[in-house]
Amino acid sequence: MQSAKEIISFQNVAKNYRGGNDAVEDINITVNKGEFVCLIGTSGSGKTTTMRMINRMIEPSRGKIIFKGKNLKTFDPVRLRRTIGYVIQNNGLMPHMTIKDNITLVPKLLKWQQDKMDRKAKELIKLADLPESYLDRYPAELSGGQQQRIGVVRALAADQDIILMDEPFGALDPITRDDLQELVKHLQEELGKTIIFVTHDMDEALKLATHIVIMDSGHVIQDDTPDNILQHPGNDFVKELLGEERLLQAQQNTLSVSDIMSKNPAKITLGQSLAEAIREMSYRHVDTLLVTDDNNKLKGFIDLETINDRYSKYSNVSDIYQANRFKVKTTSYLRDTSERILKQGYKYVPVIDNDNNLIGIVTRASLVNIIYDAIWGKEELDNPDNIKLPDTIAKESDNA
Amino acid sequence: MISFLNQHGSELIIKTWEQIYISAFAIILGIIVAVPLGILLTRYDKTAKYVMSISGMLQTIPSLALLALMIPIFGIGKVPAIVALFIYSLLPILRNTYIGMKKVNANLIDAARGLGMTTMQSIFKVEIPMSMPIIMSGIRLSTVYVISWSTLASYIGAGGLGDFIFNGLNLYNPSLIIGGTIPVTILAILADYLLGIFEKKVTPKTKRSEV
Repeated sequence: MQSAKEIISFQNVAKNYRGGNDAVEDINITVNKGEFVCLIGTSGSGKTTTMRMINRMIEPSRGKIIFKGKNLKTFDPVRLRRTIGYVIQNNGLMPHMTIKDNITLVPKLLKWQQDKMDRKAKELIKLADLPESYLDRYPAELSGGQQQRIGVVRALAADQDIILMDEPFGALDPITRDDLQELVKHLQEELGKTIIFVTHDMDEALKLATHIVIMDSGHVIQDDTPDNILQHPGNDFVKELLGEERLLQAQQNTLSVSDIMSKNPAKITLGQSLAEAIREMSYRHVDTLLVTDDNNKLKGFIDLETINDRYSKYSNVSDIYQANRFKVKTTSYLRDTSERILKQGYKYVPVIDNDNNLIGIVTRASLVNIIYDAIWGKEELDNPDNIKLPDTIAKESDNA
Repeated sequence: MISFLNQHGSELIIKTWEQIYISAFAIILGIIVAVPLGILLTRYDKTAKYVMSISGMLQTIPSLALLALMIPIFGIGKVPAIVALFIYSLLPILRNTYIGMKKVNANLIDAARGLGMTTMQSIFKVEIPMSMPIIMSGIRLSTVYVISWSTLASYIGAGGLGDFIFNGLNLYNPSLIIGGTIPVTILAILADYLLGIFEKKVTPKTKRSEV
């Protein structure tokens, strides 16, 4: 079943140049139909070499590449290239051809009928979100971003289902780049194109890819989904490529509640008196106590305001405590919890285990620390699991 | 001047025609050989260096000496003159073709190849159109050189407007010298002008309307 979807597969592919070092070695990559594969690495990592082997612009020295079930070597290079879209950094539009001639360059090589080419040109200029009148213009009369839009849609002119892109947006300003990223993502998601995309921009890769191949000095370092790479960077090189900030953000996304909760919430049992509750609040500097029964099962909370209102009439915690509206399990993701706290105005969220035992508490103060780390960095980055929160956190919840 | 025309008018037309004939022949031969050779050399960088320096050396041979050297091989008359001038026309055309082709944006050649053009398609549809201005300026340069140098061809019996000039020198007759020189100059300027128009025609547009 897997092999039916498989469209390109590198098998122990290596390329070395005469007298020089290996450009790439031991490349084993499988690309499935409809995937958006980003090859990422520093310059000289072999990512472009790897990509260019797919349309036989570069021939492997060793190993083989299986393309649509057959050895790539059995394909005629020129005819093969006409079936694979190709987009390069500086758009590669022919300056002496009109936009229309540029778009229909491959169809012309394939000797399509003129009216079929005209239709295709109109269809693609629409896809590029440019007016039809642009078809008669020359590339020099378009802005850089518009030129690259044409460069991208040109790669589809002969209904190619695979598109190779070599750092296509490297020379564009950030806003234009965003637009074009939307365009290529659309090609992959809506039109089902398989895209192999070389970049050195990790943001771009994380944004677009369904599958990232990280390369360094001619070797594949890690080959996985963006999520998995963020959560389990293969080695220090990958970590460095990702950067501290992204790792922290990713960590925030995947941290569970138990990672950041305070394990020592201010609490009181049902049977205790309000006087004891006030003493506990005063001692811990909080305005709210979590209420449990004698077996540490979470029952609810009691806050200073309520005690103040009703102190004259009641004397026991069990008389005036309120049930919790919201609590989380230890295994919940922090991102869900933090949203509730930050957006819905909860001051804190009690944390329970599967048996409703009170385990800890997440407060606004705990979140501040996470955000602080994301913005200013964290010293003990090497061990992100070991985040320790100051003891005061549980007490600070009243500040919120 | 009118008396000069009365006296030499018909001769002038014949000599001018000879001049055109010799120069055009040499230039056309030069284009036929040098342009394809220049294109071919862009595929063989090592050979290119040698060929360039050899044709550069040929250029340094004094023109009169080159013409004289042709006599033992081709005798006298138009043939040795055309051959010698052809050799002269080679270098500017060859060098400009080579440089023009080399200067074509590597991105475009890469795109042409990546989109599935054959080498020939890439040369004819992309590289030659893109390098046309530089190739043409080589041809124009050669043409002007060859037209003026072909006056020397009269020395080896090829005829042309050089006959007037050499006769003028021998007979110490300045009007003959001037009468020979002016048409040569006009011819060179005219040829350059016409080639300029031709260059505009063959240079592909990169904008919708040009002034």
